[in-house]
Amino acid sequence: MSAPLLKVQGVSKHFGGFTALSEVSLAIAPGERFGLIGPNGSGKTTLINCISGSLRNDSGSIEFEGKEISGLAAYQRTRKGIARSFQIPRPFHSMSVLENLLVPYQYVVHLRESDAEQQAMEVLRRIGLADKARATANQLSQVELRKLELARAMAARPRLLISDEAMAGLSGSEVDEVLKILFGLNAEGITIIMIEHIMQAVMRFSQRVICLDAGKIICEGTPDAIVSNADVQRAYLGA
Amino acid sequence: MTYWIGAAAALAAAVWMALSGINEYFFYAAFVVLQFMVLATAWNILGGYAGYVNFGTAAFFAIGAYTAVVLFKWLGAPLAVQIAVGALVSGLLGFGVGLLTLRLRGIFFAIATVAIIFIMETMMVNWRYVGGATGLQLLRPDVMAPFASYTRMLFAVMALLAIVAVSVARYVQTSWIGRGLRAIRDSEEAAECSGVPTLKLKLFACTVSGALMGAAGAPMPMYLSFIEPASSFNLNYSVSALAMPMIGGTVHWIGPVIGALLLGSIQQIVTVTISNEINVLVIGVLLVLFVVFAPDGVIGLFKKFVRRR
Repeated sequence: MSAPLLKVQGVSKHFGGFTALSEVSLAIAPGERFGLIGPNGSGKTTLINCISGSLRNDSGSIEFEGKEISGLAAYQRTRKGIARSFQIPRPFHSMSVLENLLVPYQYVVHLRESDAEQQAMEVLRRIGLADKARATANQLSQVELRKLELARAMAARPRLLISDEAMAGLSGSEVDEVLKILFGLNAEGITIIMIEHIMQAVMRFSQRVICLDAGKIICEGTPDAIVSNADVQRAYLGA
Repeated sequence: MTYWIGAAAALAAAVWMALSGINEYFFYAAFVVLQFMVLATAWNILGGYAGYVNFGTAAFFAIGAYTAVVLFKWLGAPLAVQIAVGALVSGLLGFGVGLLTLRLRGIFFAIATVAIIFIMETMMVNWRYVGGATGLQLLRPDVMAPFASYTRMLFAVMALLAIVAVSVARYVQTSWIGRGLRAIRDSEEAAECSGVPTLKLKLFACTVSGALMGAAGAPMPMYLSFIEPASSFNLNYSVSALAMPMIGGTVHWIGPVIGALLLGSIQQIVTVTISNEINVLVIGVLLVLFVVFAPDGVIGLFKKFVRRR
């Protein structure tokens, strides 16, 4: 394996007496499609909050492209090339869909307004929101909001894209649509971490999957190996 | 371009009025309305654009005023210097307060800013040089030509300050800074993850907002020929500075201008015709009415009206 793009080493996070993550370590190679699964409350979102900088890890180290980033603010990490979507959509609701994308274009890529608008329209066309460009974010449906989350993350031109349940609530054909977009981004060289409850989607998409349970990695391997792993089955089914 | 022509016209009109034969009382009242326009506009930069409700307007305003008093008593500094340094000191206060409190969100930030008023007021009450609790009488210097009276000159100066404040607010709103501040108001976490340096932008907004409030307060001692803590740190300044943008509309720079003209004028009329106490009641009632029936203020009502046509 070449030098990892992202290296998480012994990361722990506590909320009061509750241990959300304990000693989590993982490495993700450049260009990899990586799946992160686990039951509700297993620490998936906490882990990506620590990676993206929304939360600070209590201990351990997080390296991106060989440099320690755990002391950086979230916006600095975004500028270094880590973008994420939110599980519960957090659009800039007072802005139009187009303007939502202008924020990362102006603050991360540092484009001029006219160039930014062009690029933003490009992304919206790709994700299928072009006809909603002028609508305000609070006029969108749940599905469209999830697409907007992904589009806004794409607009930051990340090298590592973290998709936090971008497909929840989407229909089968919509899932395929989003998968196609993610595959396309990956083909362009963007490393992708996918957090998803839709097993079919993660398993089809990921080259490697990690399963978290109660803040610990219980299994790591190819999708096939994960599905047949006894610990994973126990974590999900409680048998 | 149209904006600058309008601004120049407004300033020219103000100066022309100050030089005309209009009754002196008009300037006495209009000064206060313009002063509130500066305060409301300044408040809106942090409170409206970024959504951080600042209750400490009175503190920034009064510190501007007290800075002017110190400069006047110590060095006999001219008004322009009083205003510039007043703005600087209040801007620094804004920066300091921002560093301490901007990590707090929502109601906690609002509460922290109220505390600033009490801290600053206590300090001034105990500072003998500026008159302590009893206050300080100030002797106005001679009025500068071409103005016929000091009040007329202060009116023109405040008109200039209002235009400066509105221009600053307009720049912030329409630039990339404004978009970042709106992103913060909508979702601070998403803003960070979209590359917006939220703390820096909030600090910037708090500093600029504080500086403009200080500039609004600096001419106050000369206007009254007097300074005293209780009235300088009056909570009414905080409430009005918040109510005016709310009533006018917080999303656009014109909102606080409309709010200040509307509410400020009503206040002046009510003070003269009825009483000073009813004044506060008027703000309260109007604020409640607007929050309930027109949460986007006059701007919101206007937009709704245009859409319906």
